Amino acid sequence: MGRITLTNIDRAYGKVKVLHDINLDIQDGEMLVLVGPSGCGKSTLLRLLAGLDQPTSGKLEIDGRDVTRVSAADRGLAMVFQSYALYPHMTVRQNLAFGLENQRMPKAEIDTRINEATRMLEIGQYLDRRPGQLSGGQRQRVAIGRAVVRNPTAFLLDEPLSNLDAELRISTRAEISALHKRLATTMVYVTHDQVEAMTLADRIVVMRAGRIEQIGRPLDLYNEPANLFVAGFIGAPRMNLLPCKVKATAPGSVRIEGPGGLSMSIVASDANLKPGEDFTVGIRPHDMTIGMGSDGALEAQVTLVEALGPETVAHTLTADGQKLVAVLKGQQLDGSGGSIKLHFDPAMAHLFDRSGQRVPHR
Amino acid sequence: MSNVVAFLTRRRGGRGWHWTDVFMWAWLIGALVLMFGPALWLALSSFKTPAQLAEFPPTLLPYATQQATVEGYDKPLNLFTTKLPDGTTRVMAEVRRVGTVSQLVDPKAPSEIVKVNIADRQPVREIRFATENYTQPFEHFDFLQYLKNSVFVTVVATLITLLTNSMAAFALSKYQFRGRNLVLLLIVGTLMVPLSVLLVPLYSVISAVGLFDSLWGVILPTVATPTGVFLLRQYMLTIPDELIDAARMDNASEWQIYWRIVLPLAAPALAVLAIFSVVWRWNDFLWPLVVLSRKELYTLQVGLNTYAGELNVQWHFILAMTVVTMIPVVLVFIFLQRYITAGIAGTGLK
Amino acid sequence: MTIGSAIGQKIGAAIVAPIGWLAAIIDAPLKLWQRATGTTGMAAFFLAPNMLIFGVFVLAPFVINFLYSTTSGNAFFLPDRSFVGAEQYQRLLECGSYLDPSTCREDLFWKAVHNTGLFVVLQVTLLIVVSMITALILNREIVGRSFWRAVFFFPVLLSPVVVGLIWRWILQRQGLLNSMLYQFGYQPTEWLTDRFWAFAAGITVSVWAHMGFFTLILLAGLQAIPRDLYEAAEMDGTRPGRVFWRITLPLLMPNLLVVIILALIRAVQIFDEVYVLTGGGPGTSTLFLTQYIYEVGFASLLRNPGLAAAASILMGAVLVVLTLVQLQVGRRNEKKGARE
Repeated sequence: MGRITLTNIDRAYGKVKVLHDINLDIQDGEMLVLVGPSGCGKSTLLRLLAGLDQPTSGKLEIDGRDVTRVSAADRGLAMVFQSYALYPHMTVRQNLAFGLENQRMPKAEIDTRINEATRMLEIGQYLDRRPGQLSGGQRQRVAIGRAVVRNPTAFLLDEPLSNLDAELRISTRAEISALHKRLATTMVYVTHDQVEAMTLADRIVVMRAGRIEQIGRPLDLYNEPANLFVAGFIGAPRMNLLPCKVKATAPGSVRIEGPGGLSMSIVASDANLKPGEDFTVGIRPHDMTIGMGSDGALEAQVTLVEALGPETVAHTLTADGQKLVAVLKGQQLDGSGGSIKLHFDPAMAHLFDRSGQRVPHR
Repeated sequence: MSNVVAFLTRRRGGRGWHWTDVFMWAWLIGALVLMFGPALWLALSSFKTPAQLAEFPPTLLPYATQQATVEGYDKPLNLFTTKLPDGTTRVMAEVRRVGTVSQLVDPKAPSEIVKVNIADRQPVREIRFATENYTQPFEHFDFLQYLKNSVFVTVVATLITLLTNSMAAFALSKYQFRGRNLVLLLIVGTLMVPLSVLLVPLYSVISAVGLFDSLWGVILPTVATPTGVFLLRQYMLTIPDELIDAARMDNASEWQIYWRIVLPLAAPALAVLAIFSVVWRWNDFLWPLVVLSRKELYTLQVGLNTYAGELNVQWHFILAMTVVTMIPVVLVFIFLQRYITAGIAGTGLK
Repeated sequence: MTIGSAIGQKIGAAIVAPIGWLAAIIDAPLKLWQRATGTTGMAAFFLAPNMLIFGVFVLAPFVINFLYSTTSGNAFFLPDRSFVGAEQYQRLLECGSYLDPSTCREDLFWKAVHNTGLFVVLQVTLLIVVSMITALILNREIVGRSFWRAVFFFPVLLSPVVVGLIWRWILQRQGLLNSMLYQFGYQPTEWLTDRFWAFAAGITVSVWAHMGFFTLILLAGLQAIPRDLYEAAEMDGTRPGRVFWRITLPLLMPNLLVVIILALIRAVQIFDEVYVLTGGGPGTSTLFLTQYIYEVGFASLLRNPGLAAAASILMGAVLVVLTLVQLQVGRRNEKKGARE
């Protein structure tokens, strides 16, 4: 079992509050990814889970047991560190065995566990080497192995891929995903990379400045970001955010005008949508096409074309100085600059009110 | 061969010899003589007999008059190159000397005694190392006891220094606690009050806790060295905190973290401190001089100074004992010199 | 720190190994302690041995020293001593003219102060000049630099007693120096029993013994100066002398200041090697402050611990000022380093 519940967790260092009232219920066997920009408190939260740090207030339970004041050693969790934190003076085998020896586990059992883990992670041939003699990828595997042999209630992973090169990062990501499926153990994974979060997570927790912005399945976050921050954070290239104004309202529909001559009607019935109100319209670059349309069309000047082959990324600027990025299918705009007409389906637009919260529409 | 010469005389940018080059080599060669010469001279002198030590001007190497056993005489006799009255020169053995007249015999024909003026004979000398200078102090003086005391003080003080300093350094580098800065400040403060300033009160403290005239009284005041704590702390700060966290996740107790993780990783710094501590404690003089009053407790340095301060200085023994006292330090120099110099350059510690 | 060599690893490991079994034994009770007090309690545990020794043998004496200096009598047991306030200090400082020790009540103290002052000025000057020249030479592209560095370092490791005896042996009336002079036709000189020469010998010998250490630190400073600065100067056709005054010296200055203060601190405390060399003589011509404290505190018939304590506090005050200056300079260097 590995259900972890956090209730009203606060953490302050002196006067500086780094976590505000965190409530989180991590399901057994789930891969939960904590994501956010650096300094958002995600690593602090992970250290609180691990028991390496104590919350200022709040309650932390593992499988219904209150572990708020229980030391790291007695929580039954294992952690994979960003720098791997392998003991440089011990061989790989000793690194794997160290934690088990500390639990006074019988020698035979230790060997069995190490064999199992080394087979799973294919690190058998390095067992007698020291971390200094291994490559980054190999160290990464050993670090994961050290967590696996512990047979923990849950794995805590602190940006485990950030020290690998791009290619290795993708393959290791897949392996961690496979490992999670195979072990079916709870994993809490911290990263600042939204692609990692999207590809790995069962659920994602987006954090900013010590607060949880949104919790949800990856595609829910992509399709229905709860606020401007999540909208900008999830998805690459970033969502275009256009400052707009409500022009007129009719029952069940709103007319909105924005930069580049944008004008569109949206099916919505929010009480806040009053004429003259400021709004933000978000549109993902992939949802834009070249072409005309009555609703959701605007005009912009191309400033840069990145031809990637299967798609073309167009960086543009409207007459009123709004930057827009469009990802167009196939090979278009072959080097030509100049003015283009862009279009998107108003139903694909995201609407955010003045306080940045999502406004539902159809 | 010419390559070697070219290599040795190679100058910056291949230019010719500048006066600074000449000065430089003069300085270096002069230093070579001046730095090693005195100790070498002392070592050579330590093998001379008292008679030879009194010679002026002294010879470079230790010599002794050759001797021969001659039939009819119990003791071996000194050999002399003698100018005989008949004008020939032969090697003769001296039987006795009366005033300015020496009585000699031919070792091959010992029956006939020849009398010559002492000015007409020169001793036949050979290089001989007077090793009795070394053996006698061990047999007849407390020298062996001094040696034991010095070894005891050095080893025990170094072990305690390493243990207590590394523990304190661990606490000061890897824990956040209230008063940490105060402790650090206290330790910095001690750097300012050297032992020579605390001589009198330290003596009273030592007496009060019953450590006067005890080797522990020599050891304990020296082990809480602020320099040691600092050196180790600076090094431990470079050990990543994640490693400590990893060990905590691995069920290691704080004590296990200290001795299974931090100590092995701080080994290079520990080694530097160990070497320094050995040299410091071996060389300590003023404090043992104050604490130790019973002769059998003297360390080498104190004992040596006492012998050298006697009215009738027995230089042949003192020189030999000085050489013995120098040996550990010379060994440290030969084997660990590069290591120590790197340590000093890196930490500014002595 | 560049001290992570293979031999160091080995020595360190050899030292750590025997602690292993001891450590395993005390781990169990410590776990209980850790459970009871948390990690902060463990910090206290790790600090305890060092701080206990520190408290008893450094802090306590530090406080007691003031008590001694305000009491009189020749008892070492504090309650047996009578309080006299600042009398000991008055006695030390009572003087007709500070320039002439014989007009002072404690003429020995002032003699020691004068000697120490003169010694500090001359010894530190000579020491820094000689170390600087050596460091500059070793900083050149010379064959076997580490060998030469070692040559100068050798005497640093020798004990002061050994240093004193080595030079006593050479400088004595029938010693090596006189015999060499004799070979060149000079008359033997009484190096150690002549006032002037004994003092000069003290300075020379202590420079001989310590210059290797200061050379090392200066050399480290010199090597930290980027090579390309010299190359740039060479491209500009700068004369070597100018390179020294305009590039080397300014960039070495922070280092040099620290070294000078360090040398001052050491010189003020001069004792062992000169004591073994001359015993403070002839007369009082090589009597220095530390020896004065030692003699008045313990050795002589005039034993007066209070007076010795007062003298040591005065000396300590000088050292504290010097150290504070050093820390200040060091901090300024660090700040500068951080800015650059």
